[in-house]
Amino acid sequence: MTIEARKTPMLDQLEEGPWPSFISGIKRLRDRHPDQRINEVTNDLLGQLEHSYNTRLGYWKGGTVSVYGYGGGIIPRFSEVGDMFPKSREFHTLRVQPPAGNHYTTDMLRQLADSWERHGSGLQTFHGQTGNIMFIGTTTKGTQHFFNEINEYGWDLGGAGPCVRTAMSCVGAARCEQSCANEMKIHRLLVNNFTDDVHRPALPYKFKFKVSGCPNDCQNSIERADMAVIGTWRDDIKIKQDEVKAFVGAKGRRYVIDNVVTRCPTNAISLTDDDQVVVDNRNCVKCMHCINVMTKALSVGDDKGVTVLIGGKRTLKIGDLMGTVIIPFKKLETEEDYEGLVELAEETIDFFAENALEHERTGEMIERIGLVNFLEGIGVEVDPNMVNHPRQSSYVRMDEWDAEAEKWFRRKSEEKSA
Amino acid sequence: MPEKEKPRMPIESGCPDGWQYMHPALRKNYGMWDYHDRPRPGVLHHVSKTGDEIWTVRVGTQRILDVFSLRTLMDIVDEKGDGYVRFTIRSNLEVTVTDKSRVEPLIQAMEDAGFVVGGTGPSISTLSHTQGWLHCDIPGTDASGVVKSMMDELITEFKREEMPNRVHITTSCCQINCGGQGDIAINVQHTKPPKINHDLVSNVCERPSVVARCPVAAIRPAMVNGKPSLEVDEKKCICCGACFPPCPPMQINDPEHTKLAVWVGGNHSNARSKPTFQKLVAAGIPNNPPRWPEATAIVKRILAAYKKDARDWERMSDWVERIGWPRFFELTELPFTKFHIDNWRGARQSLNSSTHIRF
Repeated sequence: MTIEARKTPMLDQLEEGPWPSFISGIKRLRDRHPDQRINEVTNDLLGQLEHSYNTRLGYWKGGTVSVYGYGGGIIPRFSEVGDMFPKSREFHTLRVQPPAGNHYTTDMLRQLADSWERHGSGLQTFHGQTGNIMFIGTTTKGTQHFFNEINEYGWDLGGAGPCVRTAMSCVGAARCEQSCANEMKIHRLLVNNFTDDVHRPALPYKFKFKVSGCPNDCQNSIERADMAVIGTWRDDIKIKQDEVKAFVGAKGRRYVIDNVVTRCPTNAISLTDDDQVVVDNRNCVKCMHCINVMTKALSVGDDKGVTVLIGGKRTLKIGDLMGTVIIPFKKLETEEDYEGLVELAEETIDFFAENALEHERTGEMIERIGLVNFLEGIGVEVDPNMVNHPRQSSYVRMDEWDAEAEKWFRRKSEEKSA
Repeated sequence: MPEKEKPRMPIESGCPDGWQYMHPALRKNYGMWDYHDRPRPGVLHHVSKTGDEIWTVRVGTQRILDVFSLRTLMDIVDEKGDGYVRFTIRSNLEVTVTDKSRVEPLIQAMEDAGFVVGGTGPSISTLSHTQGWLHCDIPGTDASGVVKSMMDELITEFKREEMPNRVHITTSCCQINCGGQGDIAINVQHTKPPKINHDLVSNVCERPSVVARCPVAAIRPAMVNGKPSLEVDEKKCICCGACFPPCPPMQINDPEHTKLAVWVGGNHSNARSKPTFQKLVAAGIPNNPPRWPEATAIVKRILAAYKKDARDWERMSDWVERIGWPRFFELTELPFTKFHIDNWRGARQSLNSSTHIRF
């Protein structure tokens, strides 16, 4: 039985032009998929979308749908215009956690596609803004069936609602010479330590981990993650002087001066008269720029570790916040090192769960209570790397100055003797 | 209860190990890469300290993938590639091969199938993408349509590496801005307070949490027509829409008054300068489906000025930092209005307290 295709004059205009068209894709499901259920669902989906384009309003509302045993991981969608478009009346999305680094075999993607067309609309996205695979469009029943099927072969739901969310990590050590960390390991250790908090939303609000292997921060972690873990190093930038000479030879001295030397944020790099690069490593802030430009000649050092920033988030409610440095440098070599990172995350999430207001992100909580109260809460000592500059306002009580100064000197002498 | 009706308990396996799906050359050389270069736009070439070499082809797609398109992509990867892929944060597909001679046939096959190879180096990569009218419960606009319309216009810059540095463009369908920071961000900006359906509020909304959600304390409980409801102080209201998700009867979206705004200079990288947030440059742009020509025209104008005036390696934020905001508005011929001057918390830090002025 063929279905009567809904008229979509607005959406049809999105089939024109050279970029691949999602409308053409949905129409393929409507017109060519062997399963009539999918033909009908996508036909009504197109109908509702056309209705949105005409009226400039959205028509989905949320609700409560989850799979057995979990409280989250599904984005429920019920149509407000279901009488007009009954076949896509229920159109829930499953958020499924991707593998760390977003690697897939074609076989696995085919297997997922096979499962999804058995139970869902046949539409999916790699990946949503939080990092999940989005399987877009199924009924409440289909949600459970699809999850049961893919859960058996290794896939689990991500977070939705006030919970630990799906984490993200860059390609990192798998395919990038700038990697300073084992991103996959950090990613999985952190998020899989909180599986219960992913599946059963019970936090004040969402909590996101993102892992970038170097300060280029390809995962946007400082601006988007409640806890950002970013690879860095603390010894010298590695220089291959013969490659420097080759680069200068190919690009010219002026190019190197204009694009490398003068772009260094701390004036820590110079080019000698005989075309060698000299770096003032004590003043290098590991910004990555020179390494990004001279990929063959310059590279990250050997004494690698991570910087941890906490509290990044977007606008709502108090305005955009970037993460703040909480751990300037942490080695991640031994299992004990990694455990220390997980413990920091546990302390942070425990403190967040107990102290944040409803719908308040970690960064907003820190803004409200002050960084020092947060540090004391999670048991981290102050460090000048946490600030751009010391206090400007004299409006502060400092009764315990001597004790605090003593603490600092004691810590410094302990570090020295360690 | 009979066995077959017993609910199945989930296996809480969490995030899967990427290792099992990773290209064997990536597994073998994990943590051992030496350098990379880009032999042509859309292709990355990585060389390992072991001497191994790989080529990665980056492919733009429609992102909302139907199973047919996904299988077409997989067929190409199986035939022309090695059977392994990954996705970037901007939803581009990456196909890695160990044999250089496979690169061109792979590109050809992708392009023949209607996909687009590019998005590397100083190019305009795929717009980051939110859900919009297709699936979101609070959208002021569509994301897929905006992205498709703009990428149609920007596709040449996706395929080439001719911009000063990489350009990340983002979209967001409400002011929560799940598209995030970008060199250019096209975001919904509401211009009128919510319209409240007082008959529904008490049944649908948890009133104290809606009151608490407002960033400017403009919402208060009220009895309307004898029913408990909420009222908005419209003079205080900043039309952000924060009350709409927890209280759908407070409809913020409007076919006419929901507009688009353009922001520039968001940059997540620590390269050169510290990360930066995007700044407002244009607003009042009509939310005009199906192709949003007004928004695209402004984005293209900003991109043209940036391409012409910025130096190599300057991101949008670096460029504006060097030339100054007055010149930005001059070069882009966008109006500077009272709305560009911030009055939110921390706004004083955005004021110029110096005589540093370019003439």
